[in-house]
Amino acid sequence: MPPIPLPTAVPLTYYLILSAILFALGVAGFLFRKSLITVFMSIELMLNAVNLTFVTFSYQHKQVDGHLFTFFVMVVAAAEAAVGLAIILTVFKNRGTLAVDEIDSLKL
Amino acid sequence: MLDTIFFYVFALLTIGGAIATITRRSAMHSALSLIVSLLGVAGLYLLQKAEFLFAVQIVLYIGGIMVLFLFVIMLVNLDQAAKERQFNRQWLLGLVASVLVGAQMVWMLNSAGVLSLPAAVPAPAATGPGNIEALADLLFREYLLPFEVASLLLLVAIVGSVMMAKKTS
Amino acid sequence: MLVNFTPPSASEYIRVLPEILLTVGGTILMIAEGLAGERHRRGLAPMALAFLLLALGGAVVAGMDPGPAFNNMLTVDGYATFFRLLVLIVGILSVLISGSYLTRENADSADYYALILFSLCGQSILASANELIMVFIGLEISSIATYVLAGFLRNDKRNNEAAIKYFLLGSFATAFLLYGVGWIYGVTGTTNLQEIHRFLTSSESVYSPLLVSACAAMMFVGFAFKVSAAPFQGWAPDVYQGAPAPVSAFMTAAPKAAAFAVFLRVYSIAFSGLTERWQPILWVSAMATMVIGNFAALRQDNIKRMLAYSSVAHAGYVMVAVVAHSEAGVAAAMFYLASYAFMNLGAFAIVTHYVGKGERYVGIDDMAGYARQQPLIAALFTWFLLSLIGVPLTGGFFGKFYVFKSAIDSNLIWLTVLGLLNSAVAAYYYLRIIVVMYFHEPTNETGAAGPVPAGVRLALIGSAIGVFVLGVMPSAVLEFANRSAMLSR
Repeated sequence: MPPIPLPTAVPLTYYLILSAILFALGVAGFLFRKSLITVFMSIELMLNAVNLTFVTFSYQHKQVDGHLFTFFVMVVAAAEAAVGLAIILTVFKNRGTLAVDEIDSLKL
Repeated sequence: MLDTIFFYVFALLTIGGAIATITRRSAMHSALSLIVSLLGVAGLYLLQKAEFLFAVQIVLYIGGIMVLFLFVIMLVNLDQAAKERQFNRQWLLGLVASVLVGAQMVWMLNSAGVLSLPAAVPAPAATGPGNIEALADLLFREYLLPFEVASLLLLVAIVGSVMMAKKTS
Repeated sequence: MLVNFTPPSASEYIRVLPEILLTVGGTILMIAEGLAGERHRRGLAPMALAFLLLALGGAVVAGMDPGPAFNNMLTVDGYATFFRLLVLIVGILSVLISGSYLTRENADSADYYALILFSLCGQSILASANELIMVFIGLEISSIATYVLAGFLRNDKRNNEAAIKYFLLGSFATAFLLYGVGWIYGVTGTTNLQEIHRFLTSSESVYSPLLVSACAAMMFVGFAFKVSAAPFQGWAPDVYQGAPAPVSAFMTAAPKAAAFAVFLRVYSIAFSGLTERWQPILWVSAMATMVIGNFAALRQDNIKRMLAYSSVAHAGYVMVAVVAHSEAGVAAAMFYLASYAFMNLGAFAIVTHYVGKGERYVGIDDMAGYARQQPLIAALFTWFLLSLIGVPLTGGFFGKFYVFKSAIDSNLIWLTVLGLLNSAVAAYYYLRIIVVMYFHEPTNETGAAGPVPAGVRLALIGSAIGVFVLGVMPSAVLEFANRSAMLSR
């Protein structure tokens, strides 16, 4: 089968680079930020980078398996958000702060 | 041509939103920027013929998860925190670690596997309005078990969050 | 459209019997609490035990008919059965020590037992997962349930801290794991372990070994976090110290064993073609895990925190067996995890009882003269500590013996020497507790813990017998491990 003319001019590598940047930004946010909520949002950024990778590769392989993986990642992200935010709320109730470096009552 | 323009628009939304998310002072602003970033990612899904995920991203991620975030941010009063130092004490360690991760990413992309990717690949032959039918087919046949097990995951999340949030007797 | 749909066969359902029983059991527990009301909460622990015993039976039945299930999503082999039985036994022992603890803290509730059952269900899935998507979902079920359990007493600041640290770092590590999976999918076009292996070893496939190694490294971040291997062990001491004592006992044994199970399976099936690339990384990690765990444990005064660091050190010994990358190594890791589960649960059961209401701080000196007040319990504690050191006639001895033997067989001389030196260091801090218990005069504070409740006593006897059996008749378990160590590729 001869190659079909390209419908999109953007190379797939661009999508992958984009997802790598997104992932690195998520990592940076996780490591830099002080507020627990912002730290958690950085994890969401990382998960989105993962999803973008899956969709891109799925497109390249002409499969939908990667889409399903993304779908499950989203389901898990929803579950994690519910539990994580509940935990964050209990921390706030007991301590009145969400600063990462003030949560250090355990002996280091 | 139009696709290229859309790609750059969505990419800009994604990266810009992400940068704003991790740099804004107020948690509320961060959450709103994250929504922008997620919208950008949704657009990229659409460009790659992932219509179903585009819808799920908007409905579940932005409509569900992010609303939950906003709700919690409004519950906890963070006005005080916004005036304080925004970055934690180990920022130097963090900087080194993220530079390392970034370097690894670049290296991964540069190693032979990625450069041999085709400049762009043809879209799967368009069948009807989208690929939702193919997705459903796969989900309820081959991925039946993960689909069922995911319901247990949601049950765990419900039990867990109710337990964390309920009043102490 | 559903032309080729064949519903799963009965034998496929039987292969997931333990998972089904655990899910149903957890749900029934929660409904039962609602129906029976507050007064019957004492019946919850026995009920949970009954479901766990049923699931144990289910795992045996499932193991009798090995094979793949649900389109190769799971594969039930001897290896999976071994780990299913192991985590379920850990679950039973943890439930036994939880009952009196929860009553003491006024926190009896069905949610606790339900979450333990669900967490075990996730671990059971991990033990048999044959596809990265099942690895991911199983890992998340197990983790999310344990995040909540770690913060179970939600008005306790230490519990909060353990939960939030475990949650944030756990999700962070999972994101790395997923990114690695994403790239593996990109390179190979599949997430099935056997097919990844086939792709990576086939001469026709074109890929960059360097890129695949990078993926393996990203996935290692996720797994290393879950098994608390260096350099991702930082969360472990805080979380194990901050969580309720019975939950720490559970966390150091069951999720860790399941994570090792899947770690070993992924690396010895999917990435077996790239051994020489990932082995050096794991070598360094194993060495660092042992050294950090043992030397940090040396400096601890709080017994719970010391056991937490010792748990990191023991993960290092198992890592040695992983580095060996041989069937003997897999069998040694299985044996070690089993013996560690018993001795560690025994030690934690005593700590659970000893800390008393509100989990007061128990330093090593607080154990002074314990042998005079509670000779039997002190003797059992000594027995578990001796096993943790690795004294002959205990399960710990044969665990270490097989691990280091497999390492020598794989020519890892230096790692073996370092491991043995580490065991010698470890002997010091375990022996210190024994010396304090037997040879120091009791102070006025000690012995305030009172009589040992029946559940804890049962768990202690069970763990002691486990340690004894593995130490005196290791061959039965080892033979089973050896037979099931041949992971199908």
